[in-house]
Order: sequence, then structure tokens, then C-alpha cells
Amino acid sequence: MLVARSLTKTFTSGAHPLTVLRDVSFDVPDGAFVAIVGPSGSGKTTLLGLLAGLDTPTSGEVLLDGAPLHRLDEDARAKLRGDKVGFVFQSFQLIPTLTALENVQVPLELRGDRGAAARARGLLERVGLGARLDHHPTQLSGGEQQRVAIARAFANHPKVLFADEPTGNLDGATGDNIVALLHELNRDEGTTIVLVTHDAALAERTQRVLRVRDGALVEDRATQAR
Amino acid sequence: MLALLRLAWRESRTARRKLLLYMSSIALGVAALVAIDSFAANTTRAVREQSRAILGGDVAISSRQEYAEPVVTLLDSLRGAGLPIAEVTTFASMATIPSSGNTRLTQIRAVSPGFPLYGDVVTRPAGVWPALADGPRALVDPALLIALDAEIGDSIALGYARFEIAGVITQIPGDPGVAATVGPRVFIADRWVDSTRLLTFGSRAEFETVIRLPEGTAPGRWIAPLRPRLRTGGVRVETVVQRENDLADGISQLSKFIGVVGLVALLLGGIGVASGVHAFVQRKVETVAILRCLGATGWQVLLVYAVQAAAMGFVGAAGGAALGVAIQYALPSLLGDFLPVDVTITIEPTAIAAGIALGVWVAVVFALRPLLALRRVSPLTTLRRDAALIGAARRSDPASWAVTAALALSVVFLAVARADTLEEGFWFTIGIVVSLGALAASAGAMVVVARRLSRGPWPYVVRQGIANLHRPANQTTSVVIALGFGAFLVSTLVLVQANLLKQFDATLATSRGNLLFFDVQEDQRDGVSALVRDAGATVLQTVPIVTMRISSIKGMESAAYARAAGLPTNYWALRREYRSTYRDTIVATESVIRGAWTDAPPDPTGAYALSLEREVAENLRLELGDEVVWDVQGVPVRTRLTSVREVEWGRFEPNFFAVFPTAALRGAPQQHVVLAAVSADTTVARLQRNAVARYPNVSSIDLTFIRGTVAQIVQRVSSAVRFLAIFSFAMGVPVLFSAVAATRRDRLRESVLLKALGASRAQVGRILLSEYAALGVLGALAGMLLSFGGAWALLRWVFELPFDAAPAAALGIAALMASMALVIGFLTSRDVFRVTAMEALRE
Repeated sequence: MLVARSLTKTFTSGAHPLTVLRDVSFDVPDGAFVAIVGPSGSGKTTLLGLLAGLDTPTSGEVLLDGAPLHRLDEDARAKLRGDKVGFVFQSFQLIPTLTALENVQVPLELRGDRGAAARARGLLERVGLGARLDHHPTQLSGGEQQRVAIARAFANHPKVLFADEPTGNLDGATGDNIVALLHELNRDEGTTIVLVTHDAALAERTQRVLRVRDGALVEDRATQAR
Repeated sequence: MLALLRLAWRESRTARRKLLLYMSSIALGVAALVAIDSFAANTTRAVREQSRAILGGDVAISSRQEYAEPVVTLLDSLRGAGLPIAEVTTFASMATIPSSGNTRLTQIRAVSPGFPLYGDVVTRPAGVWPALADGPRALVDPALLIALDAEIGDSIALGYARFEIAGVITQIPGDPGVAATVGPRVFIADRWVDSTRLLTFGSRAEFETVIRLPEGTAPGRWIAPLRPRLRTGGVRVETVVQRENDLADGISQLSKFIGVVGLVALLLGGIGVASGVHAFVQRKVETVAILRCLGATGWQVLLVYAVQAAAMGFVGAAGGAALGVAIQYALPSLLGDFLPVDVTITIEPTAIAAGIALGVWVAVVFALRPLLALRRVSPLTTLRRDAALIGAARRSDPASWAVTAALALSVVFLAVARADTLEEGFWFTIGIVVSLGALAASAGAMVVVARRLSRGPWPYVVRQGIANLHRPANQTTSVVIALGFGAFLVSTLVLVQANLLKQFDATLATSRGNLLFFDVQEDQRDGVSALVRDAGATVLQTVPIVTMRISSIKGMESAAYARAAGLPTNYWALRREYRSTYRDTIVATESVIRGAWTDAPPDPTGAYALSLEREVAENLRLELGDEVVWDVQGVPVRTRLTSVREVEWGRFEPNFFAVFPTAALRGAPQQHVVLAAVSADTTVARLQRNAVARYPNVSSIDLTFIRGTVAQIVQRVSSAVRFLAIFSFAMGVPVLFSAVAATRRDRLRESVLLKALGASRAQVGRILLSEYAALGVLGALAGMLLSFGGAWALLRWVFELPFDAAPAAALGIAALMASMALVIGFLTSRDVFRVTAMEALRE
């Protein structure tokens, strides 16, 4: 599903180049639930951005479901995201002017999907928010917003879902519920999940851990949960 | 596509009010265009419907002298054929109320039975018009009764005849209301003209005959075979179609002029839209980043927000159109006095649709420029707060170039569409670009100055306020353009009006005399002069007037000369009756610019020296040494052009196109004007009464009357000017609101942080005051300085008058505009006083 080959990302900071990722390579098979861990500034968010096609590498390759992301322009990557990728963010990133139902419908409507409303309604009921369809994000708690975000992420039957610190802004119990939901959807939908976190305990609840430190991949192992 | 439209609608929920505020900038421009275009359409329709009444018939023949024999014969034959024909003779004369002695210069209109052939005359009391022919009765303008302190039923003396004032005229076809201001009218039946003995040798009168044709007859085709006969008789011919077209052209000119203000308002509104949408884009970056993550392409994102802008643009334009329709109803009261027709106001769908379409186009094309940046929003923004929110623009972005080209072409197209010619539209575009460019440059200079001043030894609150003028994403340019352009327009209007009035007053002040007697016959000249001297006044000039026409130039008859010189066959300067004088010196109102003044005897060929006024000499294509033969009441007088004069026509003194030496015309039939200098108004009135009592055919005109007449006309024009000025002033308001509101979020955030750091509400208020005071004063001053240039150019190139800066008026307007900026700034930013430092923690 996901192939990273010799990924390197360098930024220019003032007059000096700053390499935040150095020669990272790994494969992620279909249906896997993988965690990328590392301390703040390790390069894990950068790596996530490259894998999801939100950014382009300085060198190296990323293949997402066979498509070479590094060779596509921004609009082509956007189309690919709309077809095959879901996102869950730390700060939820719901569109504040839309209701819960409308937020979930967005990726379906962008593809011109006629059954968008019905699918969105089903997903929200699946995540336990069947009674909050017409509520705006400001009317929902943090946990509820993240569940809407998860429903949105699964709306277009993504091949791969990227979650960036999905429990970072939530309390312990709510975070646990979110992770459980992700597991459930991974199992039932068969979606590959790549989760970025600095929380080691959360990482151990996935099937495989990729540890990043100082821009390099220092560990790649299966977890006990597998 | 439908999905995108749905997304655009849903996503706009919290943004509609703001977008509408930005789009309201164009509402005033749309209102002006809809109002004036609708009114022009209404008026043009009224002209077409009432054109026969305006002209008085289907065909009008007129002349400044009694008709020649061929014309009289022709008219008799037309009467014999049964065509309805009516006549009007118009001339100036003093009207006196014998019981009180009050006297006033008036226009006498002597009408034949059957006049007017079209339209109705409304009188008070009703129905007295037909009785005009029954006896020596007169119908007068209401203003004349007031001026003479008379009543209906009083006796009024016109020349040597007396008439009973039978009523007042409240409405008569064809005359605009303002005509009564220039000279109040008295209507009598033409059979009483001889009894007045006012039309004597040398009197000026306009003779007009109107003809009513059978229904369905095309006036142009009917008159065509008769034109050669009429031309030889020296008369002017006009058909109803010609009058319609002339009036329609005039209305078109007026609508183009006022439409210019609307056009400028629309373009200024576009700047307001661009400014507001620019800030709107900054606020939408995070949402756009999310959409990009979810699979939206750059073009899909652009479409969503362009649809929002277009929709709000439509609402703003529609609101403007509604306002324009309301203004349309007010225009008759402003302009009605200057129109020769009664205008019925109706809704004009074409004008409304055009106004809305134009408004939406301007809103969209100005909004697109800042919206294009949304295509470059990086989806990475969802992950990293330090990512560049909007990517740098590519130099070779075709979309950006296309939008810029559309913007530029729109400005040119709008300017050309409102102008008469391509050249005029081109110069108008240049004018707009130069004005806006100058204001933008002033704003740029202001930013540089602000950067320096914000480091100066001022109190912190002042430095912080001035720093807001140059900080990133400041709105200095759009505020200065909005303020400055409004100040520029209003100030230019006021300066031009002030200069015109001042020039008029100065011209009158330099005039030596203040009372002029005219239509003085040869045997009355000494008597009138004696009357003046007996009243203790001074006779400044007694000027003889001899009427004549051009017989030949350079040995060629007028028609042949016209052909040779490339002039129209019926050219006015060849055809007109000249009222010339003779003397042996030039006078104070003239200066010789070519040749030399001479009173020498005739040259060996027998030609007398001739001095012509510059414009007439140019119009006749004459050079020094050219021979002109004049027909002086049947006697040929040969002359040779020996000098050309520049004449100050504005001075209150007799001036002439052609001046002869004394020997050439001393023996010719002539009448006189007498110019007097009278010290007191009461003496003027008494002199006028005495003169008309002794010599009823002699008329007089005094400077006070002219000044008062001009003041009345200026008062009426001033109302229209004031309306335009207020409109120009109001134009800047929504644009200012838009520009200031765009930075409201930054202002609130700044206020919260300052309060968290210890600033009081008073200190926050003083920062705001410093910022808006600086913006307001500098913006208004920039506009004021620009208006000096604009007013100078108008006075120099259009009115050909000197320019006086009149700083007091201009500074007053600048102060008003600066105050407006302060008020709007505080109104829009009042939340800064309300928010607490707690907001900083919540963020």
C-alpha cells in the first residue's frame, strides 16, 4: 500500500540547509495499523506529510497504492487524496461553518458522489453521533469533534488513513475511545492506518512501530498487540 | 458542479455579512448609473412624445430679421393650402406698472391665433389663454408679478401700449423652467405689437413660424424641396425630428457627465471589494487547507469562493439598483428646471439590468485577484503551523495575467462606453489611472514616512498607532485611495464652482458701468444722456450701433466664398446680421493682437479700415489685408482687414465683432446704447423708471439684475452640484468601512495582547486615534492636493480661466473627510474596548 524509498527532506533555514529527514525507507502492507513515533522535532510530522502527499521530498520516492506521489503535481495529489486517503488531525480540523453531517459529506461531494448524505449519516451513526447531525463544531465536545473527523476520514472508503496525534487534544478516556474506534474501522473496513504519535503507550496498541529520531528511522518492529 | 455550489452556499454561512459589507462598496456606483441611465431613458422618451409641443409644430422657421419677400410668399401659399400656421415674435423690453412705476426688463412673446399648435397652455386663472387675442391683454410669468409687485387685473405698460394682466402662465410647451429666471415673459397677441411701437429700426427680435403638417407626413421629406427658397431668404429651418435629435443628444451629454461620477464610484467600489476580499482570503486559509487535504483541487477551491463573491456582488448590485430607482424619482426636482419636457418617471428594466450586470462584473473581476491566491494554499498548513500559508505566486501564472488583463480592459471599456468618442474615453481612462496612481503613490510615501516616524521621539501610543500604517497586511493604500478620491472629487467640484463665481464677480467688478440703456433711437440719445446726468450719474459711453450683413469676401459672394474657404454653405458667420459700431480708438475691453488700429481715410481702392474680433476673423478664415464688402441697409461699404482684436466679452460694456472708423458709418442709419455709472441702487431704479416713462421703447439693464439672475441660476445648478458632492462624499463610506473592517481581527488580537501586557482602555483608544487620525489627515490632504491639479486643468482647458486655489474651502472638505475616517475607524473598531485580556488565554 505505502512504499517509502530513501526519503530525504531538506529545508533552507537562513543560509544553512536543514535536513529533517534522512534516507528513510520502509513498506506498509494493505490493512496494516502502523505507528510512527518520535520526540518533538524528530521529523515524524514531516514524514507523515510526505507519505500523505501533502509535501514533496527533496529526494527519494513515495508510492501510495502504486501511484508515485513524488512525480504528481499538487492537483493530481489532491485528487488522489480525495479518492484514496483519509485524514484525522490533532486539532480535528473540521470546517467551522458546516454541520457535522456537512463536514462528513465534503470528500464525497468533491468526488461528485450522489449518495453523499446517506453515507455521511450512516458513518455518523456508526461513530455514535446520529443525534448530532445538524450541530456545528462549536457545539460539540473535543471527543465528539474527533469522531466527526474520523467519520469524515472514512467517508470515501480510503485505502489509507493518516492520523496525526489524534488523541493529542483529548483526555485519557476519550482518547481511548478514539483509538478503539480506529481499530474497529481498521478491522471492519480493511483500511491501512498510519498513526503519528509521541505517546509510546498508544504506539504499542498498534501492530507495528516505526521510530524516528533526528530524521532517521532507528527502529522498525512489530508490537505485542499484533 | 452542483456539489461545489452547495459547498459554496454552506461554507458562506458566517461570511455573508462580511462579504456583503465589502460588496456594498459597489452599491453606490450601481445606484448612480441606474438612476441617471433610467432618468435619461425617461427623458428621451418624454422628448420623443412631446417633441412637437417642444418645437411648437412639425416644422419651425425662424429669423432674427423680418422675413424676406420669398419667405412671406411661401408662407402665404402654405396658409392658402390650409396648413395650420402660427407665429411668435420675441423681443426684449421694459415692462412697467403705471400705478407704481415699478419696471423690469422682460421677454415679450407676441403670439398669433392658434399658438401653440401642439401641447396645452396652463394658466391661472384657468382658461384665459384663448382670450389673449380678444383685447389688449397680457399673460405673465408668476415671477414677474412678484418682481413688479403687481396683481392679476393690474395694468402693465409695454412700450407705448397698455395691457391688462389677465393671468399668469404656469405651464407652456417647450420652455424649461429656468428660462423664466433669465428673463420673465409677457405673452400678448401679435396684433398689438405695432401699438407698442417697440419694434423700431434696429430693434432685436426673433421671428418664428411653426407649421403643423397632416398626420403621417414626414417633416424632413416635406420641407426638403422648400429649403432652397428658404435659404435664400436667410431663415433657419428646423424639423421636429431635428429638435428631437438635438435634445436627445443634449440629454445624452448630461447623462454621460453624471454617469462619469457613477462610473468612478463603481471603480472605487471595486477597490473596496479587492481590499475586503484580500482580508477575507487570509481568514479562509485554514478552511481551504482542509479542503485541499480532502481532495479539492485549486480550481475547485477558487470556484467555491468566487461563487460566494459573485452572489454577494449580485446582492450588493441589486441593492444599489434599488437605491438607484429611488434616486431616479428625486432627479426631476434637481434637474427639472433645465429640461424642456415634463418627465414621467417609470422603471427602466434595461438600465436596471445593465447596472446590476456591471456591478456584478466589477465585483467579480476585482474579487478574483485576491481570490486567485487561494489556489496556492498548502494543505500542509493543516499539519504545520509554521508552513507558509499561501505559496509564493509564480511569475508566469496565466490565470493571474488573465485576471489583470480583464481588470484593465474593464476599466477602459467602462470609460469608453460612457464617453462620446474613443479618444475621450482614452483620456478619461488616463485621468482615472493617473489619479488613482497618484493616490497609491501617496499611500506608498505615507508608509515610508510612517516607518520613520514610528521610531521617533513620540509617546508609545502615537508610535504604535502610526506603526499600524506600515505593518504587514495594512490597509493604508485602500483607505487613502477611498478617502483621497472622495476628497478629490468633492474638492474639485467646489473649487471649480468657487472659481467660476469669483471670476464672474471679478469681471463685473472691473466693469466701469452698471446701467446700460439700449434700443435708444438717434433722436433719443441726447435725452437719455441728459436723464443720466440729471440723476447725478455719469455717462461713460454713448455707442452707435449699425446693423449690416456680409455681402462679399475677397470679391466672392458669401456662398462662393464659403465653398472656396471650405466653410458650410449656410455658415452662421456669413449669414448673420452684424451689429457693429464705429469709433476712432480702441476701448478698455479690447487689445489689438494682429495688425494695427487705424482711423486713416479710405485706401486708394476706397476701402475703409476694418477691425475684427479674433474668433470671428478665425471663423471667416480672414487674414490681414483681405477685403470684405458689407451691406449696410442696402448701401455697400468696402473694407479691408487692418487689425484683429482680443475682446473681454465678460465685461459689462458694449463689445463688437466688427469696428469701423467713424468716416465709414457716421451717416448710416443707427441706434445707440448708453452706458452709465450710477452710484446707488435707488438711483438706478429711479433712472430706469424715468427713462421708460419718457421713452417707452428704450430698455435698460443693470448689473444688479445680472448678478441676481446669475445667482439664481447658480443656486439651481448648485443644488445639482451639491448632490454630486454629497454623493462623492458618500461614495467613500462603504469603501472605507470595507477597508477598515478587513483589519478588524488583527486589531482585536492586538488589543487583547496589549491589555494582557498592561495597556488601559484609554491607551488602546489613543493608539486607534493616532492611526486613524494619521490615515484620515494624510489621505484627505492627498486628495485635496490632487483636486488643485484637477480644478486647475478644468479651468485652464475647459473654461479657459485662471485658477485660484481657494484653500479655505478645500481645507474644510479635507477636514470633513478626515473626520469621516476617524468616525468610521472608531465605529468599526469599537469591540477593542470590549474584549478582555482573557481572550489571549483562550486562544
